[in-house]
Amino acid sequence: MKKLLIGSSILAMGAMGAQAEGTLNLYNWGNYTNPELIEKFTAETGIAVTITDYDSNTTALAKVEAGGHGFDLVVPSANYVPVFVEKGLLAPLDHSRLSNFGNIASEWVDVAWDSGRAHTIPWQWGTTGVAVNKSVYAGDVNTSDIFLDPPTELQGLVNVVPEMNDVMALAIFNVGGEACTEDLEVLRKVRDKLMAAKPSWISMDYGTTDKLSSNDLKATVNWNGSTMRARLNNPDVVYGYPREGYPLWMDSVGLLADATNVDEAYKFLDFIMVPENAALISNFARYANGIKGSEEFMDSVMQTAPEIVIPAEFASAGKFLPTCPQSAVDLYTAIWTDLVK
Amino acid sequence: MNGGGAQRSKGANGWLLSTPALILLLFAASGPLIIVALYSFLEKGDYSGVRWVFSTEAWFRILFERDIFDGTVSFADANLRIFWRSAKLSLATTAITFLLGLPTAWFIATRAPKARAIWLFLITIPFWTNLLIRTFAIMEVIRNQGILNTFLIKIGLIDQPIQILFTDTAVLIGMAYVYLPLMVLPLFAAIDRFDFKLIEAGYDLYASRLKTLVRVILPIIRPGIVAGSILVFVPSLGAYVTPRVLGGGKNMMIGNFIELQFGQGQNWPLGAAMSMVLLIIVLGALLIFTRASSREGPHD
Amino acid sequence: MTRRPFDVTSLPGFTTVAIITFILLYAPIVTLVIYSFNGSGSVNIWGGFSTQWYAIAAKNEAIQGAAVRSFIIAFWASLISTAVATLAALGTTRRGRFRGQTLIYVMINQPLMVPEIVTAVALLIFFSTIRIATGYTGLGYLIAAHSAFCVPFAYLPIRARLEGMDMSMEIAAADLYATPWQTFRYVTLPLLMPGVLAGAMLAFVISLDDVIITEFVKSAGQDTLPTYMLGQLRRALTPEVNAISTVLLGLTVVILTAFFLITRKRG
Repeated sequence: MKKLLIGSSILAMGAMGAQAEGTLNLYNWGNYTNPELIEKFTAETGIAVTITDYDSNTTALAKVEAGGHGFDLVVPSANYVPVFVEKGLLAPLDHSRLSNFGNIASEWVDVAWDSGRAHTIPWQWGTTGVAVNKSVYAGDVNTSDIFLDPPTELQGLVNVVPEMNDVMALAIFNVGGEACTEDLEVLRKVRDKLMAAKPSWISMDYGTTDKLSSNDLKATVNWNGSTMRARLNNPDVVYGYPREGYPLWMDSVGLLADATNVDEAYKFLDFIMVPENAALISNFARYANGIKGSEEFMDSVMQTAPEIVIPAEFASAGKFLPTCPQSAVDLYTAIWTDLVK
Repeated sequence: MNGGGAQRSKGANGWLLSTPALILLLFAASGPLIIVALYSFLEKGDYSGVRWVFSTEAWFRILFERDIFDGTVSFADANLRIFWRSAKLSLATTAITFLLGLPTAWFIATRAPKARAIWLFLITIPFWTNLLIRTFAIMEVIRNQGILNTFLIKIGLIDQPIQILFTDTAVLIGMAYVYLPLMVLPLFAAIDRFDFKLIEAGYDLYASRLKTLVRVILPIIRPGIVAGSILVFVPSLGAYVTPRVLGGGKNMMIGNFIELQFGQGQNWPLGAAMSMVLLIIVLGALLIFTRASSREGPHD
Repeated sequence: MTRRPFDVTSLPGFTTVAIITFILLYAPIVTLVIYSFNGSGSVNIWGGFSTQWYAIAAKNEAIQGAAVRSFIIAFWASLISTAVATLAALGTTRRGRFRGQTLIYVMINQPLMVPEIVTAVALLIFFSTIRIATGYTGLGYLIAAHSAFCVPFAYLPIRARLEGMDMSMEIAAADLYATPWQTFRYVTLPLLMPGVLAGAMLAFVISLDDVIITEFVKSAGQDTLPTYMLGQLRRALTPEVNAISTVLLGLTVVILTAFFLITRKRG
């Protein structure tokens, strides 16, 4: 009994001791981080990385704001970065500690939502649209009516990801509104359309990649990269660009203001700006990244994929989502909470 | 019963020995419940947490809602739907587990002692298996390419997989599967103590097995039925993992609704108030059940 | 008129339903175990026999960390809860009623009566406050939470054992001028040991299995096996989850067998 006690205390201390060598706690979207990237990082730096995942910006924000979370890095979408910054949740980045900073592609360096990249480093960017299994529905998939007014073949089969921003944006564009609109008439139409469509949805679940691959889902609101991964497993899956308007987004990595492993965090941020490593990130989740020179390391299948290369006819319908004022967000949250119940 | 030593006051000693347990539970179980009750009367913070301002808004929002656009107050249909679904599924789960569990418990109790030990062991394994593993196992069975659908297609009964996953039915199947052993064990315990001579007497009186079952057996094992029902109804009412995994986020039960308020719903006081409601319902159910079991049963 | 031999214990259809129920109970679990040996990467298309997923799971660092953490927490939780429950059992059994005894029962059995989601939420709020105030983010919260909800599971077998013990040995010891402490240490405790061990094992299994409370209370990088699996279930499903499940299942069976053997031995 005594030996057991001593043995396990050593075990417990050993587990805590591992922390002393360097740990990094990454808080990221689910199924979005290449395990090979982490292995390579740990092999090069000796830092152990833990990944905790979330399924929406709002979940991440709620958790970080609640405090006591223990994370060092978080990966919010562009329109949420100003929110994090305003609440003092992100620490300003010391660019002198980031030798690879010059690798960021020029169009992604000085962005409206984080000028001069004061707080974040690019992770991946993409579009939000719909993914449909064409063996079930062979009609036009380039419309957000797939989930807002599903065709008969897809009634009761559509999934909607629980990401408020993207879904609300798609719905607002669908009824002809502008992003961040606070026009009550428009929002009323949005609310009514969403509520009317909900009975014909099958679920509001995040794990779409696998379920599309295994035919458990026949249609869903989805991100382009996730759809590409599903298509590579299941050739019946096609990605649709809603012509009424669809969101363009970028996720970036930010250093949390109350992070404890700051040195390790900077090493990681610098690491992901190396073109080969950025390519590792892209090859896994199948999204484009914002680092120059990474294309030559990316899988060739990504050069021509319809999910990555936006067809000319839909290019203008893509709108980068701006950060909405709090009053607009409150309205959207109210509509959203009613919707998800 | 003086065992040679000084007669201590039993009470003081009993309390003293129980103190470590009480402290632990107060800190990590009961105490925090008081905080939840407290939070239900506060105002919600911006994205999470609370503002220390007294407000009954959370309790109001459980039953009523204000329309976002014109401010009209109406019944919170969505919330009522969630209550109704939870009650419906929990009762159905209790019923199904009883219908399957009674014969099973009877079967185990009427085996020869050696075999009985083995059957008992067999029923205990699922009981102690991780809830998540059992939910996952059922998910594998009912999903579109799972055993059930593949089997039905193979024997030609259907040609497209039936969509079971992500429906209320999936949640029901999942909960019945997960909580079945919880019904069997108390029933077994009650039947085990059963005096089978009473059945003989019953047959003499009623001559039909069905009547004997209803008039003689069921009343006597009532405490077992009640215990089993409690063990199934209470956890299924507050279920969270099973509806989340099998319901696909759309078929919410009370547990999922509570969790939502601490994440995307961004309304801690509402989550706290709902937790209190769940607690009250559960304690109420416990009271009703225990009253039902201690009311006039046959006296030995 | 002679009576046909009449089996008093058989009821129509009961045996059939019972057998069907057992099959229904085990079929999903058996399938899960079989598919953990799936050669293909999909969770439900069979691709030949292979133990690759066990190898993959074993090498997966996240799983290794989660497994170690699960065991550390379970070890400490079962230790603390059993110790505390033994004391409480001694304090509340074989004494006749005393004032406030019901309150003690209610407190001790509270984890059995309160839905887990409510406790999880309560602990989330409570521990968040402490975390911000003290900055401590270690495993302590999880160990405390697990110890608390394991108490009733440790308490019940110990109490059952204690009630079944007759006091003659202890009285004899007292007659021989042993002090209460000596009586406890050399007579009561050894007799009680099977109950204590049974309680400890139950507490261990319960702690290993916990999902909800751990999911809410954990902070960064503190996954246990069940919370890791929950994450996988919701995001990326591979037979790796089957492999982990099978291992956990095997462990449960081993512990349960030990439990059965111990409780069948008479002290």
